[in-house]
Amino acid sequence: MSIAPDAKPKLPRGVRLTHNEAQGGWVLLAPERVFKADPTAAEIIKRCDGEVTFMQIVDDLVKTYNAPRERISADVAAMLTMLAEKQMMEL
Amino acid sequence: MDATPQRAPRPLGLLAELTHRCPLGCPYCSNPLALEGRADELDTTTWARVFREAAALGVLQVHLSGGEPGARRDLTEITKAAHDAGLYTNLITSAVGITSETFGKLSDAGLDHVQISIQDSTPDSADHIAGYKGAYRRKEALAAEVIRHGIPLTVNAVMHRANIDHVGEMVALALELGAKRVEIAHVQYYGWALKNRAQLMPTRAQVERAVQTVEALRAKHHGQIVIDAVVPDYYARFPKACVGGWGRRSLNVTPSGKVLPCHAAESIPGLAFWNVREHSLADIWDNSPAFMAFRGTDWMQEPCRSCPKAKEDFGGCRCQAFALTGDARAADPVCHLSPHHALVGELAEQRMDAEYAYRR
Repeated sequence: MSIAPDAKPKLPRGVRLTHNEAQGGWVLLAPERVFKADPTAAEIIKRCDGEVTFMQIVDDLVKTYNAPRERISADVAAMLTMLAEKQMMEL
Repeated sequence: MDATPQRAPRPLGLLAELTHRCPLGCPYCSNPLALEGRADELDTTTWARVFREAAALGVLQVHLSGGEPGARRDLTEITKAAHDAGLYTNLITSAVGITSETFGKLSDAGLDHVQISIQDSTPDSADHIAGYKGAYRRKEALAAEVIRHGIPLTVNAVMHRANIDHVGEMVALALELGAKRVEIAHVQYYGWALKNRAQLMPTRAQVERAVQTVEALRAKHHGQIVIDAVVPDYYARFPKACVGGWGRRSLNVTPSGKVLPCHAAESIPGLAFWNVREHSLADIWDNSPAFMAFRGTDWMQEPCRSCPKAKEDFGGCRCQAFALTGDARAADPVCHLSPHHALVGELAEQRMDAEYAYRR
């Protein structure tokens, strides 16, 4: 699945990213579900506030990580698609 | 040699029993026979501290339950305190006692998820089982309110002889109410429910039909609603991994502040439970005798000790082992390897059509 450049990804109500030291970092929480987010996943999810577009998220991450644009774009798309399939992200 | 003591696993979930008060009289209530009174309930400030300690301990999700949590006048403040502690908040309610005004406040306080119980697919039968006239309509009203606020809804349906033949209709009702998830639970025979076992026990034929219905509905509604269902204990061959293993994934705080590894744990005699009024949650989790009693696998006897499934099901349920065999260290007799397994089959045959003993 490709994601429209102007899509504004957003966590649905009832899905929340939280940091818990004792559990070793970032976790995405949904009804009866816990998804451990590695630091990269957390950086992507943190930017999904429903205001910023997919394109802007990719731009921002390219700058932050100084990494090739195609790779970042593919990683972000894969991550968001996976979460959307689990109803843990609105695109 | 490694001198560091082995650290207990970190819990993920906390069941906060805010009160034992409840307007319904469900005959399958699994709360203990002796309920804690309002005067002994923890206050708002103490719950807020418990939530902060829970988050520091690793807890991610808090289940605000009871009794009926709506009986607490400070439910909004309690919900906000849990949210502020960084916990994912799940309200487990009968819907009776939560008005649309109250619900608006809960939503503003940061409530993440709601679970509403339904007793049956038609108002008359549902109200009869709950022992409360008008309960069904209130559930419909609260479900609509939850959906209006855009909060995810789970419907919990506790199955027994009087409603198990309506399992298909109950899933249809959950869909109609807008739930994304439905839990087909079966009565657990602890606490008050044990009094009504003969009135509640389904037949094997009913259970088999229900399992087939659920499987067909799962395929039919794939992508629309998640159906979580298990085989009821008394008709199973293997025991459930009760609470995901004793003192391993979750903990339970009673209305008066006692901390239990599972909500029926007080039915096991001789266990000493520590209270949040005297100890921190971390101290209780790591060091209290009740949590140490059946943590891990060292306490096990045969056939559990040498069983390849010992670390999968942890010997099943300690409360059930005690209730049916008199020994809390025995294998859960639901397991076909238990020397007491035949007893479970005999008990399932003891059915009686009589009025329920309602919880009043």
